[in-house]
Amino acid sequence: MTSALVVDAALVLLVLGLALWITAARAAYGAAVGFVAYGLLLTLIWVRLAAVDVAMTEAALGSGLTGLLLLGAAARLAPYEAAEHQRRPGLGLRVLVGVLCAAIAAGLAAVVLLLPDPAPSQALAVAAHLPATGLGNPVTGVLMAYRAVDTLLESVVLVPALIGVWSLSTEMGWGGRPGFLTPWRSGSALPLLARVLPPFGILVGIHLVWAGADDPGGKFQGAAVLAAMWILVMVAGLREPPRVSDRLMRFLLVVGPLCFIGIGAAGIRLAGAFLAYPEAYAKPLIIAIEVGLTISVTAVLGLLLAGPPVPEPQYQRQSRRRS
Amino acid sequence: MSGTTLFGLCAAALVGLGLYGLICQPGALRKILAFNLIGSGVFLLFGVIAQRGGGVLALAGTGADGDPVPQALVITGLVVAFAATAIAVTLLVRLAETSARGTLEGDEPAPPAPAGERRP
Repeated sequence: MTSALVVDAALVLLVLGLALWITAARAAYGAAVGFVAYGLLLTLIWVRLAAVDVAMTEAALGSGLTGLLLLGAAARLAPYEAAEHQRRPGLGLRVLVGVLCAAIAAGLAAVVLLLPDPAPSQALAVAAHLPATGLGNPVTGVLMAYRAVDTLLESVVLVPALIGVWSLSTEMGWGGRPGFLTPWRSGSALPLLARVLPPFGILVGIHLVWAGADDPGGKFQGAAVLAAMWILVMVAGLREPPRVSDRLMRFLLVVGPLCFIGIGAAGIRLAGAFLAYPEAYAKPLIIAIEVGLTISVTAVLGLLLAGPPVPEPQYQRQSRRRS
Repeated sequence: MSGTTLFGLCAAALVGLGLYGLICQPGALRKILAFNLIGSGVFLLFGVIAQRGGGVLALAGTGADGDPVPQALVITGLVVAFAATAIAVTLLVRLAETSARGTLEGDEPAPPAPAGERRP
């Protein structure tokens, strides 16, 4: 028990040190690099908290994809950074803000120390009703059955987020290819990696989705891995990102939510409530939704990172400059 | 003190640190990073509560997992946080491309770019 506590304390110190670095680092690029390492250490904390499903999501999404997004933005914004440093608030104001933020942190810490014991929990209720869904992983059960409306709204909200990113294109860029992920220069090891890794990555992603019914994993974790493989191929320049006007890709973006809403609406007739599953078909229906959502979430995550579309001449110029 | 409590205190410190960065960092990208720190602190608090809620499972002898309800909420939250970060970053890059600055300050005597102008 004590040795476990030592490991936990070391993890906490590392995470807090990296958080300090993210806050205090001089260059945004360094802070973004710190954020990737920070996400990976948080993943270990999630494992220590017996939340393996969350740990996988944190590693793939919170650390990997968010890290790539922030690194790309830091590189693009570096020319404007020097002017920012002069706009830093004065020492007095910083001390005041620091004291107030410390007070908020102390308040939260007091809440943590005063949490009721025994803790309120839904774990037994979830475990008691899990067999009715045919699933073995309680987290997937919560996501797909007990709190399915949350999951439905979340998968729907990804589409407006992508529309938001796309609508930041210039008027000439509309209908073109997303411009954030321009191919990296040829001759580096990246194209080789982008040829070797995706077969394994795709296998791992599909396995995560399939195994998510009974073991840790699920559509979001699997979709994040699949999206990462797609992004790797795009960054290496092996495949161009699809045009935003591509009809097939637009269909793939919404097939998951449509499938979810369709099966949910059928539940009104078959099981008496929206998003209720008839007990005999619960598991096949849940797997059908998971597969549909995996396709849509993969496409949305990849395209969110790919950014708004740019005019075709600009895209070609960026590609040439990099290669 | 148990490891779970330690992680809870860590989460509280992360929220405080993130809030400080959100207010004191002038660069908008640094503010987005700081906001993600706050978010991860809040998620970690959820994780601590989930782990404590799993105690009933250990008592019932059915495993050492946490309470799956807060865990599922965190997974949902992580995906939405990524989508929100992507929008914020794209807005910021677009702002920098059109007005040549990376802060949100509006009263700057920077060369004002006319609306609709595009960088070559």
